Amino acid sequence: MAVPRIKLDRKEAKKGELVEVKALVSHVMESGQRKDSAGKTIPRKILNKFTCTVNGKAVFSADFEPAVAANPYIQFKFKAQESGKVELTWTDDDGSKIVGEETITVT
Amino acid sequence: MTLIFNRRQVLAYSAAAAAVLSGTIKPAAAANDSAELIKKFTGGKTPQQGRVKLDLPEIAENGNTVPMTVVVESPMTEQSYVSDVMVVADGNPNGGVVTFHFSPASGVAEANTRIRLATSQDIIAVAKMNDGSFFMASKPVKVTIGGCGG
Repeated sequence: MAVPRIKLDRKEAKKGELVEVKALVSHVMESGQRKDSAGKTIPRKILNKFTCTVNGKAVFSADFEPAVAANPYIQFKFKAQESGKVELTWTDDDGSKIVGEETITVT
Repeated sequence: MTLIFNRRQVLAYSAAAAAVLSGTIKPAAAANDSAELIKKFTGGKTPQQGRVKLDLPEIAENGNTVPMTVVVESPMTEQSYVSDVMVVADGNPNGGVVTFHFSPASGVAEANTRIRLATSQDIIAVAKMNDGSFFMASKPVKVTIGGCGG
């Protein structure tokens, strides 16, 4: 499975500071609108859900529709509260998950 | 082998063809489901203009990947925060684009992603506040090459 590329704008933050997360994952995001050379519709296959948790607590999530571009890129911020694991999860239409993680140190 | 149709067959086939054609053309000619999606999201309320800032290029050369930023003005505290932001596009085959879910832990209601646009159209972002009020913003985007495999 594809390995997501995740970047936090800082590894260490003071409590209450905003940390920006940029993440890119490679995925076709097949919209279900396209047809192959034989005229058959290519079935939809997208990542439909994205969640970000810090130490298991949800900080941000998003529902993707077929109108999200291939190799979805997402950028958002969260407020640094405690040190720990920043886990990003993408859920595919077929139920499989792509997971990536980073660590953040909060002082 | 040559196919020879009698009058009855010709009528039946042309009727079927007409049905297929009208069936495929109608959804494209009419607006997509974006208005219904907004109605469902707001529960019938009319969102107010303002507080939402939608940042998209005025002219997108490639509709396959258009950068989009949504920012909603909010203190993002337990008392007052933005819970959800739905983005719809009124000219795509399907109106829905993306829905962001924020919480006070987000610190700021801001997100960026890249979207597909089939044609030149209006993008609408509707933000839901924790007190049940709704705010919206829209922005027209001109698309030179459409996305969505058009």
